[in-house]
Amino acid sequence: MMDFFNDYRRLYLSALGLFLLLTTLVAIMPAISNQNNNNPLPTEKALSDAAMAGKALYVANGCVACHTQQVRNLDMDKVWGKRPSIAADYADEQRTDLWRNTATLMGTERTGPDLTDVGNRQPSAEWNLLHLYQPRAVVAESIMPAYPWLFEEKVELEEGDVEIPVPDAFRKGVKSKIVATEDALNLVAYLQSLKQAELPSAIPAPEFLYKREENTKTAAAGEDMGLDGVSLYAANCQSCHQANGEGLKGAFPPLKGSTIVLDDDPEILIDVVMNGYDARPEYGSMPAIGTNMKLSAAEVAAIINHERTSWGNNARKVSEEEVQKIMDLLKQTAKK
Amino acid sequence: MIKPKSDNPAPYKRSKFFHLLLLIALCFLSDSVLAQSESGADSSLFSKPGIIITITLLITPIVAALFLLVVKANRLFKNIQNRKDTEEATRFSEYLKTLNVDQLDALQNDRRHQVYHLNNKELSGPFSPVDSKGLLSSINEHANIRFIESKRKAIVRPDIDPALSKLILWFLGTATFWLVFGTSVGEYLGIKFVAPDVDQVSWLSFGRLRPVHTNAVFWGWSSLGMLGLGYYVVPRVSNIQLHSLKSGWWTLILINASVVLGTIALMAGINNGGGEYREYIWPIQLLFGIGLVITLINFLRTVANRKTTEIYVSNWYIVAAVIFTIVISIVAYVPNFQNGLGETIIQGYYMHQGVGMWFMLFTLGLVYYFLPQQLNKPIYSYSLGILAFWSQIFFYTVIGTHHFIFSAIPWTLQTVAIVGSAGMIIPVVSGTTNFVMTFRGAWHKVAGSYTLPFFIVGIIFYFTGSLQGTAEAFRSTNLIWHFTDFTVAHSHLTMYGIIAFFLWGGIYAIVPRLTRQEPPQITVGIHFWMAFIGMMFYTIPLMWGGTLRGLMWIEGLPFIESVTMMAPYWLWRAIGGSLMWVSHLVFAYNMYNMINPRNTVNINDTAIKNLRPKNAELVDIT
Repeated sequence: MMDFFNDYRRLYLSALGLFLLLTTLVAIMPAISNQNNNNPLPTEKALSDAAMAGKALYVANGCVACHTQQVRNLDMDKVWGKRPSIAADYADEQRTDLWRNTATLMGTERTGPDLTDVGNRQPSAEWNLLHLYQPRAVVAESIMPAYPWLFEEKVELEEGDVEIPVPDAFRKGVKSKIVATEDALNLVAYLQSLKQAELPSAIPAPEFLYKREENTKTAAAGEDMGLDGVSLYAANCQSCHQANGEGLKGAFPPLKGSTIVLDDDPEILIDVVMNGYDARPEYGSMPAIGTNMKLSAAEVAAIINHERTSWGNNARKVSEEEVQKIMDLLKQTAKK
Repeated sequence: MIKPKSDNPAPYKRSKFFHLLLLIALCFLSDSVLAQSESGADSSLFSKPGIIITITLLITPIVAALFLLVVKANRLFKNIQNRKDTEEATRFSEYLKTLNVDQLDALQNDRRHQVYHLNNKELSGPFSPVDSKGLLSSINEHANIRFIESKRKAIVRPDIDPALSKLILWFLGTATFWLVFGTSVGEYLGIKFVAPDVDQVSWLSFGRLRPVHTNAVFWGWSSLGMLGLGYYVVPRVSNIQLHSLKSGWWTLILINASVVLGTIALMAGINNGGGEYREYIWPIQLLFGIGLVITLINFLRTVANRKTTEIYVSNWYIVAAVIFTIVISIVAYVPNFQNGLGETIIQGYYMHQGVGMWFMLFTLGLVYYFLPQQLNKPIYSYSLGILAFWSQIFFYTVIGTHHFIFSAIPWTLQTVAIVGSAGMIIPVVSGTTNFVMTFRGAWHKVAGSYTLPFFIVGIIFYFTGSLQGTAEAFRSTNLIWHFTDFTVAHSHLTMYGIIAFFLWGGIYAIVPRLTRQEPPQITVGIHFWMAFIGMMFYTIPLMWGGTLRGLMWIEGLPFIESVTMMAPYWLWRAIGGSLMWVSHLVFAYNMYNMINPRNTVNINDTAIKNLRPKNAELVDIT
């Protein structure tokens, strides 16, 4: 026995052998089988050139340090996507170039939000650009770094320039116009491209595990059809329209005192929530957040009732049935 | 009436679950400070200031009354005791009256015996001592007040080849540089959590600096520090000269070059794709790899030519660590199986083997040498060492994917990783037992040594930190802690609490032997305590806040609320980080003191020089 431990060749070779065997079993073979036996979903769109360039910037700036791109099969991850991420979602990831490895970008820290489905959740280019220039201009509590080097200052706008309506408090004395560089636009194109692909109907979506027990808080707020309008607003609307409903001057319109919000007939409001809005040139265009996020009538009702009764707004509450009726109507007119 | 009833068990169940969690957390924190906030965190009632004040007001008189009760009872007890003693005295005097003359004489005699004292001059006589051989002249008659326990100095050992000394000192010196550099970056990153707009320069942005910090302390500080000590241990336990000094220098240069280039590349935005600890692109990491291959050949030749029959445990660990790390690096950088989920599976394997098979295995090898050396007794059990070594290889290799539990990688692979994590109890417990049993009967040496406290902290965190990793891997806990700052706390408890503390212990053990210069012992103490206390301030708030954050996510609260909730915990982390960082400056100062030749004036030499006529040489010429 001791001979074995005294012969350095046998000792080190057997340790190496055991290590290599286990490495092959738990790392190399599973890696090869996962690489070869998964194909991207047919519904998944390939990245555009701009989005590819944006992804390179995402990698270069180490965004993965704080942002994950994986929806775990846990109930708590439901807010980040419609379904848990599956192997096929990553099957399209290839080696970047000769120098750089594949960037799957799953991440291991969630200091900031998950971005798997951010293209659906927050597709507004205006919001994303302003948020990149100075995150705290749109989310006061954010601790994300600002990326002013992705923008340039110009006295005169040229054709095709995208100006960022930065609030005065965050301009830091910049008098000229703040314009997005191509890098910033590419990065936003990448973020907009991050959408969970629809599963083909043949494949059942994996279940979310560890379901949350019914929240006692919502039971108390029974009049909002059991849904919490405040948190739904926070999740879907607040980053642009702000918690105080006042929006951001020159970027996102206020909901406080808005005629559309306060209209006794909620049809236009529901239309805007479901299908977006781009009628006012002084503000950024609103994405079709309701359709993108597949909000239900109950959720829309909770959101608009929160909007109609907060910040001094005082319009009547709308019932879920009424919202459902209008949503059905909107779907029909859209089809025509 | 039925409905609310059915609602009740749910929150109760949750709070029970939460208590269980707290228990687990507390087990690993082993810190009583948190026990006070335990009851407050889960029931909001007890955290309201009004309630706390009311309770305090209620408790104050009760405590006062209890105190009074104790005082009264004490007095009563004393009275009874006095009465009893008086009775005893009466009975005793009655007895004395009954004694006869002989008995009284005997008693008197006893009394004389009791009061007799030596006059302390029985052996010396009245004369002052003459010390013709100088045996008594160096006795310190005026002992200083022992404000700080005076520590034993390093014993002068048989001479070490100055050329090898120089190589080791360069390894340790550059390691110290990377420690100060890497943790300065880390400290700055910690500040960014509190003040995100402290700068807006692309090269200094958070996402670019974070890998600069991790890679600098991994490949710069820890790796160079380990190798420096390894170059001392491997030839020493083989009882032979190092095979090749020259290739040692090449390793030093290549690894330093790799970290310099890697740091610049990362700050410039050139990285490998975001997998943790393999952010350096392959041409840069290749330098590190070549350095390791050179070292492996060097170590293997040294072990092969050893003058001892057996290969000491240290050399199993150290050489195996170098072999495995070369394998790990190849697996991590070969592109053939890195597409899609393949990248994630390899990433899980790589990041954990990097930690467990490089840093942990190598450092354990060093401890198997330094601990017996510093305690001056053999390691407790060779067999436990064998068990720990092989079970570490067996279990550690399979646990990599526990970084991706609940992700898209196959469920069975996740389960294998969890089982492996539980299996890690075997090597950790056997290793810890071996070290603690080596201490048995030698604990008194701790107070007189400035290296042993570092080893004790390392052993404590080897046990708690490693088992914390096991606890984090279970699905039920991963649910709460994954993606939160709990992981950051864990990696600091281990890479800092275990690796850095063991390395410091080893460095303080050998550098004074190589240079014959001791560090100022007070600054070693400052280094130790600041690093230790700083680490506690760093990790405990992050573990606590991370747990709360995970629970908030489970509750389904808006994400941004979990960001604002973390603010005070991030501030505490920055404070703890500052303490750690200052301790590294103190460590660098100690290194400077040990290495830099002291330019002290030798009074005797100077005095004799002064006696010589100044123009002696001129006189000779004329």
